[in-house]
Amino acid sequence: MRSVNAVKEAFRGAGIEQLVAAKEVVVAVGPGGVGKTTTAAALAATAAQRLDAKVLVLTVDPARRLADALGLRGIGNQATRVCSDAFAAGGVEPKGELYAAMLDMSESWDELVRRHAPDDATARQILANPLYQNVSRRFAQGHDYIAMERLYEIHEEGEYDLVVVDTPPSRNALDLLDAPERMKEFFSSRLLRWLTVPYRSRLVNVAARPFYQVADRVLGSQLLQDLADFFILLQTMQDGFVARADAVSHLLRDVRTTFLVVTTLEATPGREAGEMIAALAERRLHLGLLVCNRVLPRTLTDPSAARAADAMARFSEELAASLADGLSVEREPVEEGVVRLVLEEVAQSFGNLRQVATREAELLHELSEGHEVTATVPYQPGNVSDLAALLKMGASIWGGGGAETGPEQSRPPR
Amino acid sequence: MTDLLSRRLLFVTGKGGVGKTTVAAAFGLLAAGQGRRTLVCEVEPKGDLAAAYECGSTPFTGRRVNPALSAMSMDTEAALREYLRLIAGVPVVGRVGPVATAFDFVATAAPGIREILTIGKLCYEVRARHYDLVVVDASSTGHVVGQLAAPTGINELVRVGRIRNQTRWMLEILSDPRPTGAVIVTTPEEMPVAEALDLSERIRAETSVNLACVIANRVLPELFGHREEAVFEALDTASRSRAIAEGTRSRAGDVGAVLSAARLAVTIRRDGAQHLDRLRDGIDPSVPLLYLPYLFGRAHGMRAIRQVAHALGEEL
Repeated sequence: MRSVNAVKEAFRGAGIEQLVAAKEVVVAVGPGGVGKTTTAAALAATAAQRLDAKVLVLTVDPARRLADALGLRGIGNQATRVCSDAFAAGGVEPKGELYAAMLDMSESWDELVRRHAPDDATARQILANPLYQNVSRRFAQGHDYIAMERLYEIHEEGEYDLVVVDTPPSRNALDLLDAPERMKEFFSSRLLRWLTVPYRSRLVNVAARPFYQVADRVLGSQLLQDLADFFILLQTMQDGFVARADAVSHLLRDVRTTFLVVTTLEATPGREAGEMIAALAERRLHLGLLVCNRVLPRTLTDPSAARAADAMARFSEELAASLADGLSVEREPVEEGVVRLVLEEVAQSFGNLRQVATREAELLHELSEGHEVTATVPYQPGNVSDLAALLKMGASIWGGGGAETGPEQSRPPR
Repeated sequence: MTDLLSRRLLFVTGKGGVGKTTVAAAFGLLAAGQGRRTLVCEVEPKGDLAAAYECGSTPFTGRRVNPALSAMSMDTEAALREYLRLIAGVPVVGRVGPVATAFDFVATAAPGIREILTIGKLCYEVRARHYDLVVVDASSTGHVVGQLAAPTGINELVRVGRIRNQTRWMLEILSDPRPTGAVIVTTPEEMPVAEALDLSERIRAETSVNLACVIANRVLPELFGHREEAVFEALDTASRSRAIAEGTRSRAGDVGAVLSAARLAVTIRRDGAQHLDRLRDGIDPSVPLLYLPYLFGRAHGMRAIRQVAHALGEEL
């Protein structure tokens, strides 16, 4: 399955290739706005390119351009194959096959209900309940759970060698990881028992009484009745849900599963990524790969380049005098003053970017400590709008380790 | 535009990671600097506001940042308890544990409960005139619409009960553009701009709140004018960069790195400018669009907030 040449190509590249060849599930996690969905897609596309494997990328709410790049049309849980023409357009003949699917939250919830409801009539009742619509749409932790649930389902079906799953943006890193456990807790909670006690006998339940007294006054008894009806229906699915949540939880801990943390090296996402890495370690979940996106080139932190920039500003007058000599732009001779200004602006711009790059390097060092595989993707203008761009990004994940991040690293290998 | 700070309730929102907290904190600092008693509230407490003001923590009960400025974090359970005590006249529940858990699940299932408590607490601070201005470091895109629309939505769900009676005065505050406005923050990047456009449309369609302004944050300065850029292109050639290397006693490679950094800065700026064009085209022309510069120094902490507040003051 693994390409021998790639192993020789680069140690880190080999690390990534080994990783995706050995694992069956890659869960991409990370703060919002860092290119998580794109990174998951790039990893999957490159895996399909380089490995003789059937690879699926399961995305959540991709940007239009990315959906187009993957050939995803409309919504729905159905996986579609990314045709090899798209690879050919990127100058690549893939060894494997790439499939893409979008996670449809409400469809997934409905499927889950149909599966776990004791009978069709109950399933229909639940699906028609107005509160169900709200829970399935709004329950953020529910979204986390459903992403993991779909992943489990797809993995169980065994159709693919590798599934790369993108996850919904979480407000809290731990929500996703703990979603299956939370789902179990929810179903075995005291509240659920309270709410599902037939309405009239509630006043008998001493422990529940203060809750109802308050809830009645604030919410009104009609809403409470609606809630009770809904939870009674939900409870019919308890056993199925709990067993399933257990299985999902197991899959996340399985040796065949690894996590991909995606971030940028800006302060806020960087901090969130750090928390996420710690949360993974705490739960003994396998962090296989850290990808840092939109990283500035390393040359910016080079002290000798900084000295050159300083000298350009310091000697700008003398430099301008000699450079302006015989220099004309748009058929007009260039005045020394303009050359001097440009030199100073170039030096200042270097200083500005250098500050940012230095912060990035510090953060990268902090985040990558203790990880075998860290990849940086250089800043690229424009947006990822086709498979070729995804493969290019994948190539820089494969090829570029933490050591070199110049834009020249981002060229595809062929 | 000067009316922005004379409002009484500002919701600062936008996609995660665009600098909502920084902008909200800067609004607070600016208003307080003008002598207005100001409260800044972080709705999703992650500690970002406390980090921005370097004030340790921002509890629900509020933390004094300076004599005119306070900061707090939203806590819907605490808001519930406060509501029960102050408005519903229910004594504070002694055994909080089970009630808190219960509340958590009920609030999850019953749409709008958590949102109404959040909005209710903020509107209450405005109504009670504890502050001249309440700046809300609001939730990001998807959530904020739910929060702002909660008072309307709750009427459809809760047919009786006290919460229903409470929504009228909240709606009066929220729907009035004199005291209340939403501020969408974005950055010159694809997804944040797409979300800002989407959000401005949803705020218009689904809530009664007025969109006060859109702020493009982290905008890079233009490095070169047209003529300068042409000169730069002329300098970035093998022979001239060699001359620069000789003139600065540097290695050619180092000069090359400096020049390509400038080229990168131009590229990043140009990339962002395209997204800003899209933003300008997509936003209702009557809504002001403000620009805040990229801070190359530290991006958080009180010093950075002061810089942003200063830039914001200039834009206003």
